This record gives sequence, structure tokens and C-alpha cells, in this order.
Amino acid sequence: MSIMSWAEAKAIIHNSIWKQNQGVVAILGMCPVLVMSNNIINGVSLGLATSLVMLVSGAAIAAIREFVPNELRSPIFILIIAALVTMVDLLMNSYVHDLYVVLGIFIPLITTNCIVLARAEAFASKNGVAHSALDGFFMGIGLTVVLGILGAGRELIGKGTLLSGIDLVFGPAAKSWVIHVIPAEWNYQFLLAILPPGAFIGLGFLIAGKMALDRRAEARARLAAKAAEPAGLVEGQSHC
Amino acid sequence: MKTMLKNSTRGALTLLAFSVVFTALMAGTYTFTRNIVQKNELDAKTALLAQVLPKGSYDNNLLQDVKAASSADCKRLNNEAGCQIYLAKKDGKTVAAVIETVAPDGYSGKIKLLVGVNRDGVVQGVRVIAHKETPGLGDYIDAAKSAWSEQFGGKSLTNPADNGWKVKKDGGQFDSTAGATISPRAVVKAVHNVLGFVNEQRASLFGA
Repeated sequence: MSIMSWAEAKAIIHNSIWKQNQGVVAILGMCPVLVMSNNIINGVSLGLATSLVMLVSGAAIAAIREFVPNELRSPIFILIIAALVTMVDLLMNSYVHDLYVVLGIFIPLITTNCIVLARAEAFASKNGVAHSALDGFFMGIGLTVVLGILGAGRELIGKGTLLSGIDLVFGPAAKSWVIHVIPAEWNYQFLLAILPPGAFIGLGFLIAGKMALDRRAEARARLAAKAAEPAGLVEGQSHC
Repeated sequence: MKTMLKNSTRGALTLLAFSVVFTALMAGTYTFTRNIVQKNELDAKTALLAQVLPKGSYDNNLLQDVKAASSADCKRLNNEAGCQIYLAKKDGKTVAAVIETVAPDGYSGKIKLLVGVNRDGVVQGVRVIAHKETPGLGDYIDAAKSAWSEQFGGKSLTNPADNGWKVKKDGGQFDSTAGATISPRAVVKAVHNVLGFVNEQRASLFGA
């Protein structure tokens, strides 16, 4: 398979980030989404680690797909994914140790994140290396975006901050980068948002929001198609 | 039959080949990162221990002057067997000890603590290193959340006296937040217990 065209790449990216977003459309990988989205830094860091694993696993699986007997697909894919996650785990432990301590068990758990295996099965085992790498990476980025938005919302509503814990990634000097939307002296806290229920509620709103946007775009396309006709169909979405 | 055998052999060999290649990759990464990981872990531990002692009050590497506490001592500290005591030395003289202890009666399980005590039996610092207290409610005992644990600095068995080693709500001297007194109560009790322990073991910890 030759290197892809720009149009193909765009289609893959759009599909990964928007149409089939693994967080809010496929609703896969809920375990890390719900736990690690209590602030932006945790969410985005785990999302990027997952993206990295998916980029490499997509490429690796696409590269060896010709040599893998059909009936041995699953064990070999899992072997590859687990090996890659172990490597990412060790590398994070060496280079971003503080963050590694925070993310803890959720890094090894990337192995069991069904998004990774799902993309290996559904995409990488049928497509070329470049395509699969791109698909894997942007599927990961799509999840990262969801984790980031959810993290930002929960952090803001729960603690009145943004980017708390950034010093875990960029060193102690970064501590002053934390944005206190609500002054720190007030000791503002809204526990519901920080604890797991906040993740469920927040994710619910994100899914609803995505659907609303999709429907509006659909309705608009329909309107454009039959410009002459009056459209009473768009009603009902205005409250979103 | 023959083709079946051939197929399974081929499958087994394929799996073997993949296992070998990816195990080699993992082993390589492990070897490459092993020293950095070890160094990170030591650094993290050193930094943690340094938090409960005044800067510059000692000049040794705490991780090298470790005293394994006897199992009776660990029990006395409510800790698991094999707990450790780190001795801080200045010019060869033991000036303080950092003791790992556990407050067994937190709101949701054990609270693990590091307590730094100098040779006069005065608390130098207290840090909660692991706990499961309610986020936003009992977790203010953690130095990462609030300055609550700093009030232990300078306290000893005689300052305050035994009946002062309680939270204010129980008639003692230590602050606590209304509605969340179980966690601080547990910590106060554990720190008091450590001071008692140091008092009993003064000779074996600090010599003379």
C-alpha cells in the first residue's frame, strides 16, 4: 500500500477524533476515562500515553499482519500491545517519575483498554502501516481530548483550578502555572465533581453535547439540501 | 492429519517468534531504564525523608543509616514487621531519627506516617505518606492539601503534657476541622505514640 493521500489522512483523522470518538461515541475504555479525568494533567497525560501506545501498536500490527495466521490474531496482538505498554511504563517511570506515581496502575492497564485491541482488530489488521499508525494515534488523541475536557470541567467545578498538578510533568518550577479561577484562599471545593460520580455526570453531558452538535449539523445539511422547504425538524435541540 | 500437524507447528513457531522478539524488546527497555528508575525511587525517598527534618540539621545519607526495628518495636509503632528507622547524623553523632509509623484508626483504614524526632524528643516534622481518608474532608492531614501537619513541629512529650495530646474538640491542643476530627485524632495519637517510643528507646536510638 502506498503512502496515503492528504484526503485519506483527513478522513482518518476526522473519523478518529469526531465521528467514532472512542470516549463519547464508542464509549470504550471507560475505566481510565472515569478515574483519571479528575484534572486536566492526569487526563491528558494518560491520554497521550495511550495515544503513543496506539500509534506504535497500530504500526507494529499493520507491519506484521501478513505473517499472522488468522486464528492466532488475538494472542499475538495482545502480546504486542502488552510489550509496548510495558515499555511505555518503564520509560515513564524513568523520565516522568512523579507523574508515573500519580497515574499508577492505569499505565499497565492501557493493555486491557479495549480501545487499543479494538483498533488493532478493526483497523490495523486490515490496513497499511502509515494508515494504522495515524488511525491509532488519532483515536488516542480523540480520547485525550475527551479526557482533557472532562478533566478541565471536573477540576474547575470541583476545585476552581485549571492545570493543577502540572508540576508533576514539568518540575517544581511549574507550580506557579496552575490557574486559580477561584482564589485559592477561599478553599472552594465541590466534592461531587472530583469523586467518580462527577466523571459519570460530566461524561453524560459530553455525550449529549456531541450528539446535539451532530444533529444540528445534520439538520443544517438537510436544510441546505432542500433550501426551499421550511424545516420544523430542528426544534427541540435549542435547549442544548 | 498431516496438514493439521503442520498448521499447529507453524502456529506454535509463529507465536514463539513473536514472543522472543517482543520479550527481547522489553528486556532491552528494562536494562536501559533500570538505573534511572532506581535512582528516581531513591531520590523520591530521600526527598520524602528530608521533609520531616530541618534542612542542614544532618549531613549523612539517611537511606544508608537505617536501623531495622525489631518486630516488637514495629508492633509498638502499629507498623508491619520490617519497618525501618532512619538515623540522621551530624559529624558522626546521631541528632535525630525518622520513624515510620501507622495510625491504625483513620476514618477509612490505616494512615501511614513519617515522624522526625530529634535527640531531645522534640518533633521535627510529620508527614502523611499514605492514607485513604475522604478527599476534601479528612485529607487535610496530608501536607499536599493543607499546612495542618506543621503544627506538630516543636512539640514533645512535655509540650503539651499527655492530656494536651488531643484535638481541641476533645480538650487537647491540636487544631482540627469541624466535621472531620477522626483523621486528625488518629494522627495526633500516632505521633504521641512515637514520642513515647523514642523516649523508651532513647539509649538504643541515640546512644548515651
